Amino acid sequence: MNLFADAIAWLLSPERLDGAYALPTLLGQHLLYTLIAVLISAAVAVPAGWLIGHTGRGREVAVAISGAARAVPSFGLMVLLVLLLGVLRIPEAAVLTFVLLAIPSLLAGAYTGVEAVDRRVVDAARAMGMTEWQIFRKVEMPLGLPLLVGGLRSATLQVIATVTIAAYVNLGGLGWPIIQGIPLRRFDQVLGGAILVALLALAVDLLLALAQRAAVPTGVRSHPAASRDARAATASA
Amino acid sequence: MIEFRSVTKQFPDGTVAVEDFSLVLPSHRTTVFVGSSGCGKTTLLRMVNRMVEPTSGDVEIDGESVLDKDPVELRRGIGYVMQNSGLMPHFTVVHNIATVLRLIGRSKREAHERARSLLEVVGLEPDLADRYPSQLSGGQQQRVGVARGLAADPNILLMDEPFGAVDPIVRSELQQELIRLQTELDKTVVFVTHDIDEAFLLGDQVVILDKAARIVQVGSPSEIIENPADDFVAAFIGVDRGRRALRIKETARGRVLVDSEGRTQGSLVEDGV
Repeated sequence: MNLFADAIAWLLSPERLDGAYALPTLLGQHLLYTLIAVLISAAVAVPAGWLIGHTGRGREVAVAISGAARAVPSFGLMVLLVLLLGVLRIPEAAVLTFVLLAIPSLLAGAYTGVEAVDRRVVDAARAMGMTEWQIFRKVEMPLGLPLLVGGLRSATLQVIATVTIAAYVNLGGLGWPIIQGIPLRRFDQVLGGAILVALLALAVDLLLALAQRAAVPTGVRSHPAASRDARAATASA
Repeated sequence: MIEFRSVTKQFPDGTVAVEDFSLVLPSHRTTVFVGSSGCGKTTLLRMVNRMVEPTSGDVEIDGESVLDKDPVELRRGIGYVMQNSGLMPHFTVVHNIATVLRLIGRSKREAHERARSLLEVVGLEPDLADRYPSQLSGGQQQRVGVARGLAADPNILLMDEPFGAVDPIVRSELQQELIRLQTELDKTVVFVTHDIDEAFLLGDQVVILDKAARIVQVGSPSEIIENPADDFVAAFIGVDRGRRALRIKETARGRVLVDSEGRTQGSLVEDGV
């Protein structure tokens, strides 16, 4: 409890707003790395996942790649990439690590979203004369969106947690007080940093949970209010 | 006129769904394919709008092979009604009905106006227009499915067991509604069912199919009932039992017809007596 109080005191100290390692700066770095990594990852994984979901081809490959990528230890991968790309390309190496980490969840979110769409609905769309692109754009994508946002949510959380290790290769972020604090035995600072990472993860998770709910198309939502409206309308009709 | 010319369909797994099938489906008439599940009737239906491609043979509409047409264009010109309605769950009723009109390039306003007027044609209240399919009953969904099939005013309407999943009372209502619609609209209807009573009720031409879409008998309902081709047909349509095995019974008030269970089904009205 004492350590916890110390950590809060460290967090609230005015010094936390000063210098190159001020908390707002570290938070900004953390979010920026997360955003860049998730965006790049989405640009690769989402179209690929949609294509797999729509065509039904390449699913086994995707599952194998996702499984393998999940098993790779991110810290080891980052160090390896820094060594391979050289010390001048540390940010690239770190971002690449986070990108690889985010791909499995996003890929799975994209293809399971499309696959989960009722095949009879897709069949009806095709029989009405929709082109393959229209089937994807008007039917599979909107109906698969909630699962994609779910994938985005877990990918983002994994990246937020993992960006903490960026400080190990001197890239800042909220991992900095943790990694700098361990050799100094400054546990107030270590715990303070950890609390911030946890709070950030919770806040982003909450936002994306709301986004996931908002992504469910009207008409598919089993919303009590909607069925109440329907009943009221039926009763008045 | 739709013509099947020696059509065969073998699926990649080796199943022969349709073997050497030839038949002419006259225009402005309802042709019903009837047979037990797995007889290839749905495959036949889906070859008309190229949802299934024949392995060999040809399907022609008014003398033109469907295989020479762009499948997407072809499908937009043919109404399609399926079991469980196949409505887009995230589209409102009016949006569902208007879909094909939007696909063929009508303005949103025009398409929605037409969709609203179709609600009345299929016997739905106008205030259902902005509901979602999940807020409708099974019978209402099926009516929306029919309205969607009719939206672009196609000459041909394909119906794949459209009333298979609704309860008997609603099914009977929908059948009567379809008979009424057909007298008004005069489409070339291809209807698939496993229910022989439905086939006789709706069909001008009834096609009884066995495995691999082998034609057992083709004819009007009267022709088939009066002269079943073989024992299979006789057993399938049940001429020797139930409601179709009627006998005359004399009563104090005149002659009535009773079925094989002895239940009275109706009275015998004798013309010119």
